[in-house]
Amino acid sequence: MKEVNLSCPVPRPADDIVLLAHGGGGKLTNQLIERIFLPAFACAPLEARHDGAALELNGQRLAFTTDSYVVRPLVFPGGTIGDLAVNGTVNDLAMCGARPLYLSAGFILEEGLPLETLRTVVESMRASAARAGVQLVTGDTKVVDKGKGDGVFINTAGIGVIEAGTAIGPAAVRAGDVIIVSGDLGAHGVAILSVREGLEFEAPVESDTAPLWEPVEALLKGGIEVHCLRDLTRGGLASALNEIAAAARVGMEIAERAVPVREVVRGACEILGLDPLYVANEGRFAAIVAGQDAERTLELLRADPLCANAARIGVVTGSPRGMVTIESRVGGRRVLDMLSGEQLPRIC
Amino acid sequence: MRFLDEYRDSAAAAQLARSIRKTVCRPWTLMEVCGGQTHTIVKSGLMDLLPSEVTLVHGPGCPVCVTPLELIDKAIAITARPETIFCSFGDMLRVPGSAKSLLEVKAAGADIRMVYSPLDALKLARTNPSREVVFFAVGFETTAPANAMAVWQAEREGVRNFSILVAHVLVPPAMEAILSSPNCRIHGFLAAGHVCTVMGWEEYEPISQRWHVPIVVTGFEPLDLLEGVQMAVAQLEGGRAEVENQYRRAVKREGNRPAQHRIAEVFEIAPRKWRGIGEIPASGLRLRERYRAFDAEARFAVAATPAEESSECIAGLVLQGLKKPFECPAFGTRCTPETPLGAPMVSSEGACAAYYLYGRHKHEGSESELPRAASR
Repeated sequence: MKEVNLSCPVPRPADDIVLLAHGGGGKLTNQLIERIFLPAFACAPLEARHDGAALELNGQRLAFTTDSYVVRPLVFPGGTIGDLAVNGTVNDLAMCGARPLYLSAGFILEEGLPLETLRTVVESMRASAARAGVQLVTGDTKVVDKGKGDGVFINTAGIGVIEAGTAIGPAAVRAGDVIIVSGDLGAHGVAILSVREGLEFEAPVESDTAPLWEPVEALLKGGIEVHCLRDLTRGGLASALNEIAAAARVGMEIAERAVPVREVVRGACEILGLDPLYVANEGRFAAIVAGQDAERTLELLRADPLCANAARIGVVTGSPRGMVTIESRVGGRRVLDMLSGEQLPRIC
Repeated sequence: MRFLDEYRDSAAAAQLARSIRKTVCRPWTLMEVCGGQTHTIVKSGLMDLLPSEVTLVHGPGCPVCVTPLELIDKAIAITARPETIFCSFGDMLRVPGSAKSLLEVKAAGADIRMVYSPLDALKLARTNPSREVVFFAVGFETTAPANAMAVWQAEREGVRNFSILVAHVLVPPAMEAILSSPNCRIHGFLAAGHVCTVMGWEEYEPISQRWHVPIVVTGFEPLDLLEGVQMAVAQLEGGRAEVENQYRRAVKREGNRPAQHRIAEVFEIAPRKWRGIGEIPASGLRLRERYRAFDAEARFAVAATPAEESSECIAGLVLQGLKKPFECPAFGTRCTPETPLGAPMVSSEGACAAYYLYGRHKHEGSESELPRAASR
């Protein structure tokens, strides 16, 4: 070959239509929030950018949140879309340090959905609500033409009473804090994907969907100086930590070997070309607590069977601001970035 | 986890790093050929473990990065036909063509499906006989056997609504192209282990002799790469230039003969254009005459549009190992994974994206030196 011809074309970034990744919980989701929603709806509770809004009404501190659920398949190992719809909103309240009390439920049903499926979903919502100690107090139903929905979409909103004495959120995070996860990561995402991809494992992977108020309440009652809580849903641990680091203007350092991931989940992620740190969880949270409370936090969490695998995974540092780094298993250090677009499997 | 944790052990890694440090006397530049290896190196922070004498540069072995723009445009043109179900591996979907990426046309309503295997695409063709199922056959010698198999099966079963859009490239001609460049500063190669599981390493022996470069067939786990570096450095320090095999658990000298036969039956060698490098003679595969009916380019007769070029992107220099990604003025500012100026910023196997995703803390000014703190 004589002369090497250097050609590299300029692609146009996708900025004029909604892509699936806009709903992925990563960078594009944040762009939507920052460029479209925040400018339109700007107000103090929204700008806290937490899982729910903290509101004060007649001296009572309330947390208010909403979430929509569009999972496919509707029923998966370990749960249904109904479990997610209850637990997800309950957990967003819990992450505000609030005891979840009341939920609303809006159903968008697709024409042709078997009523038996709806019964299964509703029954799982009833059971999850009972377990979480919340009541479903208002609701709505709409039906769309066949092909215009994916069986069932559910929206829930929730109200809770804030029981945390101090404000919980990124603003309270400071250098020296310790980062703790409440259990092993990745099971929910892998449970869903294994159904979609028809993968079978020696031990089936079940979703981790669960209500998280009880362990949070244990931390608050135990006098732990809790600075920030975040459930590790879309975008997984990596995106949650990046969001907090950016909002709190701190750095974070975690160690890969300290992050609990079950072997079967790690194996599935290797096969599918995914990184468990980006995979969604529905019953796991990260707690950022004052350094001196780290051991006690682990004790309190591990006393709850749901959090038996709780682990200290890293620390908050002063710099580099807004950046999360991770020490790999072999001992190198790298950036742990927020999910960019959807997590796409690699070719080889 | 068995078969993985053994190759990510930090004590063994430290020992290999010590052995490299003991062996090395002079500065050497090694190129790992495959994007998967680049991904591991940057993701595990292996550069932290290597002595300063060893420089790793990242080769053109990212199939997503080197697939020419025109072919992505052709893929997009094919997806515009309503009868088409277009199937692709995941990370090809995000690569921008001259106007759009496959993900964007999917968002606009095209029927594009992500599959894990060309045989899944063939299955779709069987179950959707009224549709045209097209598979984007991207990759090096590693993915060629499965793609050949899909075409071979389709022909045998008479599945007429299946075709592939071929973008296959071959490693040895690219290595020769890099070595023949007057600016080449590569002293040794870590050859792509998975390519060699298929092809073996006989074809690298003449390259090693002609250019007097060590070539070490290397795996993809952190310890594989460290051992590959150690073997290459030992050769360089000893004045040797041979083909050696680090990836003994997967690669034999002759490779996988049945897979090679299947490739040779379905495909023939052809010139290919590499994105960022240009046309390299005899560096790709195309379907043989007998299987031409399964060639999507012929079946849909889509025309290629000439592509605009960025004067700013230095992808060609990066893919040849002449520049590091962070030496590009656009790196991390005008060029990021969300707004890529060039393909190596798109795929996680691309050198630029790997540096951006995992290595940024090293190149972000004075705040970047991390305090080695309590988490260790």
